[in-house]
Amino acid sequence: MNASSNPILRIEGVGKAFGPVTAVDDVTLDIRENEFFALLGPSGCGKTTLLRMLAGFESPNAGRILLEGKDISPLPPEKRPLNLMFQSYALFPHMTVRQNLSYGLEMERLARTEIHRRVDETMATTDLTQFADRKPEQLSGGQKQRVALARALVKRPKVLLLDEPLGALDKKLREKMQLELKRMQNEVGITFIIVTHDQEEALVMADRMAILKDGRLLQVGAPEDVYERPADRFVANFIGVMNFIDGKVGVDGLFAAEGLQVKASGNAGSATLAVRPENIVIGPPGDLPVSGAIVDIAYHGLDRVLHVKTTASATPLQVRIPASGAGNWKIGDALSLKIDPARCRLFQ
Amino acid sequence: MNATLSSKLPGRIVLLLVFGFLYLPIAVLVLLSFNASGLPTSWSGFSTRWYGALLSNTDILRAAGNTFIVAVFATVISTVLGTLLALGMETRRRKSNGLEALAFAPMVIPDIVLAVALLTFFSRLGLTMGLHTIVISHVIFDLAFVCSVVRARLKHFDFSIVEASRDLGASGWTTFWRVTFPVLLPSIVAGALLAFTLSVDEFIIAFFTAGAGRSSITLPMQIYSMIRFGITPEVNALATIVMGVSATALLISQWLNRQQQVP
Amino acid sequence: MSFNATRPTLLAAPGVAWLVALMVVPCLLVLSYAFFERGVWGGVEYTFTLENFARVADPLYAKIFLNSARIALTATVVAILIAYPAAYAISRAPRMSQPILLFFAVLPFWSNYLIRTYAWIVLLNREGLINNLLRSLGYTGEPLSMLYTESAVITGLVYNYLPFVILAIYSTLSRLNPELMEASRDLGAGPVRTFLRVTLPLTLPGVAAGGVFVFVLSIGNFVTPALLGGGRFQMVGNLVYDQFLTANDWPFGAALGAALILTMIVLLLLQARATAHASGERKGEAAQ
Repeated sequence: MNASSNPILRIEGVGKAFGPVTAVDDVTLDIRENEFFALLGPSGCGKTTLLRMLAGFESPNAGRILLEGKDISPLPPEKRPLNLMFQSYALFPHMTVRQNLSYGLEMERLARTEIHRRVDETMATTDLTQFADRKPEQLSGGQKQRVALARALVKRPKVLLLDEPLGALDKKLREKMQLELKRMQNEVGITFIIVTHDQEEALVMADRMAILKDGRLLQVGAPEDVYERPADRFVANFIGVMNFIDGKVGVDGLFAAEGLQVKASGNAGSATLAVRPENIVIGPPGDLPVSGAIVDIAYHGLDRVLHVKTTASATPLQVRIPASGAGNWKIGDALSLKIDPARCRLFQ
Repeated sequence: MNATLSSKLPGRIVLLLVFGFLYLPIAVLVLLSFNASGLPTSWSGFSTRWYGALLSNTDILRAAGNTFIVAVFATVISTVLGTLLALGMETRRRKSNGLEALAFAPMVIPDIVLAVALLTFFSRLGLTMGLHTIVISHVIFDLAFVCSVVRARLKHFDFSIVEASRDLGASGWTTFWRVTFPVLLPSIVAGALLAFTLSVDEFIIAFFTAGAGRSSITLPMQIYSMIRFGITPEVNALATIVMGVSATALLISQWLNRQQQVP
Repeated sequence: MSFNATRPTLLAAPGVAWLVALMVVPCLLVLSYAFFERGVWGGVEYTFTLENFARVADPLYAKIFLNSARIALTATVVAILIAYPAAYAISRAPRMSQPILLFFAVLPFWSNYLIRTYAWIVLLNREGLINNLLRSLGYTGEPLSMLYTESAVITGLVYNYLPFVILAIYSTLSRLNPELMEASRDLGAGPVRTFLRVTLPLTLPGVAAGGVFVFVLSIGNFVTPALLGGGRFQMVGNLVYDQFLTANDWPFGAALGAALILTMIVLLLLQARATAHASGERKGEAAQ
């Protein structure tokens, strides 16, 4: 979106092991200036360790971390022009909101008036002015979250690191804050790197995202790329909902499973076809090439997901149709379906 | 944990120094108890003669007997009272500050003050003092400690298991013996061991409430009279035994506390 | 137990009765003695007087009071200075070994007080271990008189109460969310400023709890001054002891005891305020 293409932060072959456990394994990654970048992965994938290495709380066993071309890996956290918003917020309980925000500026030995001015300014943009003299324990979860964000932003870091920033909030507030964070990032023009295990959150907020598993980088790209063209079966399954159909690619280049054939380019041999629920078209029995029966229907408000048993796979296929769409399907109904060869992926 | 933030070395040096400070004096005492000469002047060979001397010292044996009697009675009474007090305090709907202060006071009151208060009280009542008055007095702080150990367990006691038991048809009495008591038992035993240790070691209150006769002298009183004027070889052996017993009781108590820890 | 309103009261009753009858009543009784005159042959003459309190303020006794306050304060400060780094080191040790380290730091506290004090007689005596060590190292002068000095008394007090201070400070340190210290570093504070502005303020309740404990027990102590001070360093505890067991002036002893309790209550209240002030955040709400 507003991301230019020069990298502000370059992670170069970074690795970290705790004893025999490899937390981060040879990760190379460029983060561009002003982009909202998400590190996404299941818990234990190494994303938090990577973030802590950027902040300076862990030192990499291998590789370099370059900020605007300079290696910052030997610097202690207090010397790095990056700030971290902690998962637990880590607000100083013995200080008021104003004191929490001033703390980082006092460490830069700025003049009192300057500190005051910048704190006031940041409190205004984060809607905290009325809470200036409250202690953290007198704040709600959402307010604490904003204080944590403001405390890091007031330092005007080159890069802001956010460790599961919305994890402690309830679903409603989380959705509101996702947009809020994105707006804020646009306003202040600072590079944001967010760590999250919530793929939906990453899809909504990020300009680009990286998917990690077991310390390895699996894929980097814009949300659309990752969603539409997942690099492997794990990513495909992790991001959004995906149907997997095991089968074979024949010498003719056709993917075939029991009762199903799809045009797909691939080498001959066993393969898995992955298709999103919205990329399956359904019709009355006999109209389309594959026939099946509805075993379950889940209503999601805007749309409905039909679970359709076919001969092609052991688990029923999920098919997403608009809730208002034609057809009054009931459990047990027979139907036929078709998979759009242009919109599915083949993993071998 | 983190090499960039802190090195482990300074911490290790601090711990080494502090543990040295805490344990060297005790270690010296234990070593000396096996020194044939009994004196710190020189090492004149390993010997258990001072342990032998203890066994033939009737004053010490009587004092040890008295201490045992006092500690057993004080422990039994204080364990019952302390456990009940803990149950009462933790099941109240509202916290009572007065009650909290009352249960806390015996642990912080300067023992010399409690000692003279009890001396005044017993003599005002015209009570003959002896082992029984020591027991009565020891129960005061023993029960406070038992109460605090049991309360610590009750703080993360899941009272819904009591309700579950009632729901399954058990009476209040049965529920107590089949559910509440078994869950609390390790902490009750831990509290009792603590009370026993405290009683065995207590000196000042015993000193003031023992009365005049030599017949109710306890072990700490005997030790005090022996060490007032310098080094006595027999005390080294006695000290080693007393510390061994206390440490064992504490290790068991700690272990029991650990067993019941809720993760 | 479905606890109705009377049940808790019934359960607590025997313990409460014991404490009221044998702690509260005796303390009030002895306190009341402070308002009466001393009998001719000891004992108490039931004539109201405030003279005993006036005597506490008498320069002779006030001096002892202040002197023991000074000794107690020194012991308190020294104990905190040793205990803090120790507690800090334990809180930084690997999670698994922390309880073990803590257990062994506190273990001596539960062994006999007299024996722990006696150990220092063995070390500090003119014929004691330290003098013997010096001699075997070639020192030929007069043996050092380390026992029966004020330093010996302070050493004894510190030695005896140190474990508790370590425990008190550790308990606040271990409850601190480690991310608070990291946040401070992240915001640009070095290790020293992080300690002074975050760690220390948030652990003051532990320091206060440990400090008050050492001070109260030291000022009222009579075993340590008697054994390691050789009776040459009177502390309030010794004074109370003397009034009851040798001088036979119970009313005056009672007034001294009252002064001791008053000191303790004031300090405990101050400590409670310090704790309330630094409303310490509990462990991280959502550590991953």
